[in-house]
Amino acid sequence: MNCRAEVLEVSVEGRQVEEAMLAVLHTVLLHRSTGKFHYKKEGTYSIGTVGTQDVDCDFIDFAYVRVSSEELDRALRKAVGEFKDALRSSGSDGMGQISLEFYQKKKSRWPFSDECIPWELWTIKVNVVNLANEQERQICREKSEVDNVFDTSLKDVQPYLYKISYQITDTLGTSVTTTMRRLIKDTLAL
Amino acid sequence: MDTDLSSQDRKDLDKFIKFFALKTVQVIVQARLGEKICTRSSSSPTGSDWFNLAIKDIPEVTHEAKKALAGQLPAVGRSMCVEISLKTSEGDSMELEIWCLEMNEKCDKEIKVSYTVYNRLSLLLKSLLAITRVTPAYRLSRKQGHEYVILYRIYFGEVQLSGLGEGFQTVRVGTVGTPVGTITLSCAYRINLAFMSTRQFERTPPIMGIIIDHFVDRPYPSSSPMHPCNYRAGEDNGAVYPSVEDSQEVCTTSFSTSPPSQLSSSRLSYQPAALGVGSADMGYPVLFAGGLNAAHPHQLICPGKEGGVPPVPSQPAHGTQADQERTCTPLDGVHYSAATPSSSEDTETVSNSSEGKCGSPHDLLETIFIRKVGAFVNKPINQVTMANLDIPFAMFAPKNVELEDNDPMVNPPDSPETESPLQGSLHSEGSSGSSAGNTHDDFVMIDFKPAFSKDDILPMDLGTFYREFQNPPQLSSLSIDIGAQSMAEDLDSLPEKLAVHEKNVKEFDAFVETLQ
Repeated sequence: MNCRAEVLEVSVEGRQVEEAMLAVLHTVLLHRSTGKFHYKKEGTYSIGTVGTQDVDCDFIDFAYVRVSSEELDRALRKAVGEFKDALRSSGSDGMGQISLEFYQKKKSRWPFSDECIPWELWTIKVNVVNLANEQERQICREKSEVDNVFDTSLKDVQPYLYKISYQITDTLGTSVTTTMRRLIKDTLAL
Repeated sequence: MDTDLSSQDRKDLDKFIKFFALKTVQVIVQARLGEKICTRSSSSPTGSDWFNLAIKDIPEVTHEAKKALAGQLPAVGRSMCVEISLKTSEGDSMELEIWCLEMNEKCDKEIKVSYTVYNRLSLLLKSLLAITRVTPAYRLSRKQGHEYVILYRIYFGEVQLSGLGEGFQTVRVGTVGTPVGTITLSCAYRINLAFMSTRQFERTPPIMGIIIDHFVDRPYPSSSPMHPCNYRAGEDNGAVYPSVEDSQEVCTTSFSTSPPSQLSSSRLSYQPAALGVGSADMGYPVLFAGGLNAAHPHQLICPGKEGGVPPVPSQPAHGTQADQERTCTPLDGVHYSAATPSSSEDTETVSNSSEGKCGSPHDLLETIFIRKVGAFVNKPINQVTMANLDIPFAMFAPKNVELEDNDPMVNPPDSPETESPLQGSLHSEGSSGSSAGNTHDDFVMIDFKPAFSKDDILPMDLGTFYREFQNPPQLSSLSIDIGAQSMAEDLDSLPEKLAVHEKNVKEFDAFVETLQ
């Protein structure tokens, strides 16, 4: 699956979940939105303009920019609201993840349904913490700085954060078997 | 393989880069204005929405950017930099960020100028929009106002990062490869926010501690003037950019009746030499105005005043007063307050005006008239009296009592809610006029030079007039002793007068009809 993937991890307090998620998702969508296509005759089209809007967060000392589109905002708020409710009612240790996937539709002939091929996946892992007072909050903030840059999980050394990934490229064989295997794998991975 | 860029592509690329640079500056400066930006998406594009993004163009910023670029484009070794700095009301300044638009030699020959490069530049602008809200200077700029302002400066050439202090951090906004090089946009921002005041002290201290939002020249060889990142964003000011203010003295009074946001530009009004200043014993009256909601108007503490008491704010120039009144009347509850003269110990008023009026109600417009003493005044201030000041309204003053204490302009009546201070004071003039028992201060004789008159050509027509009518006798009806008597008489004679008038009603009616 040739899909770009980014994983972000955040530790937030319960009341900050919604705003944190909205901030990240809106920022990503700002980059992944164009103006409306306006089809003119002779097969040409023009692209509309994307407006932007500053949003101040109430529970986080932060401001982000989002696309000026109420519909998009509503859709995102709805999804994030559901995530927040699920997180709250899960009763677990307050861990969860929300992902934003950009996909492309590929029309297939009957009987196969349309394929959704993702080309980018953003995953935000959320860890809800409960901080009793400001002091704890400050400690939490300071500690996380280091964690953003270094991998503090090792006992003896502290390398920079790194990620190793590999990929097996498809050989020339496009036999039915390999294609089917790939299809099933992709479907399951989704 | 070297694929040369076609001339059309080259032209397009140059145009894209030029407008990208201009839009970059707009985004950065607008992000530091201190207010939330909001633009609308539109499905039908206009010709001016470059990169399919609705970014407003502030004319002054475009002008400055074009001036800095001077027809050139960012190239290797020639970067366009936007410097964001903070300046406090005391004059200390500190560089906060430097945004650099650089070009390096790494070319991407395969890329299509239209529209891959165009789209990627658009994406880079979006990243810039997001990242300008993330750096520490954003929060500082949102809180700018009375204590400090955020200024910007655009320059072209070598990047100068030395002013950012130790340990500054860099964030890369993004890169876009083009056939002529790779465009990189990055920001270096300060971490250490302690002031480095030794280097950055201004040449002249600010006047009376107010914020100077005029252009400042930086002592750099390749310097360009700093500009404030705020401007009065009124509805009618859409296309107006802040004018250059060369000195405080030519600012005009402007009262903003709309609640001042962080962008409020309360301006200093200066009325020099409105009064007789013959031997320069007197300084200039200074008019201060604050916005409606200002927690405190910009208070003027006179330097060199003695005993902690501001000198008498006698009636300043008539013009100022009228000006004051004009703008005061639309507002409710104008509180006309002034310091009492030096002789009295009215600490309340004094402390009110000499300290910052933090306790003043938010819905009052406070105006303080305080006299500033000239540099070479020999006499101490508290010896000056109203008579010496030769103010235009001196004629209202009663002949005998020459103290500012009784000047109605100085010591307003006790009704603080007077709509028109001028009116209120006129009415009360009589009552205070004959109150005796005020000690005279020493007189200082100065040559009288009335306002707006030229005394070298014609020998003082206006001056002669003033002198002749300066101390007219008091109206008899307004003096208390006689007044009381005549009042009683009037009351007694009223019924008779009424009867007479009633008899002549028909005549009066006829007269009125002739008027109509």
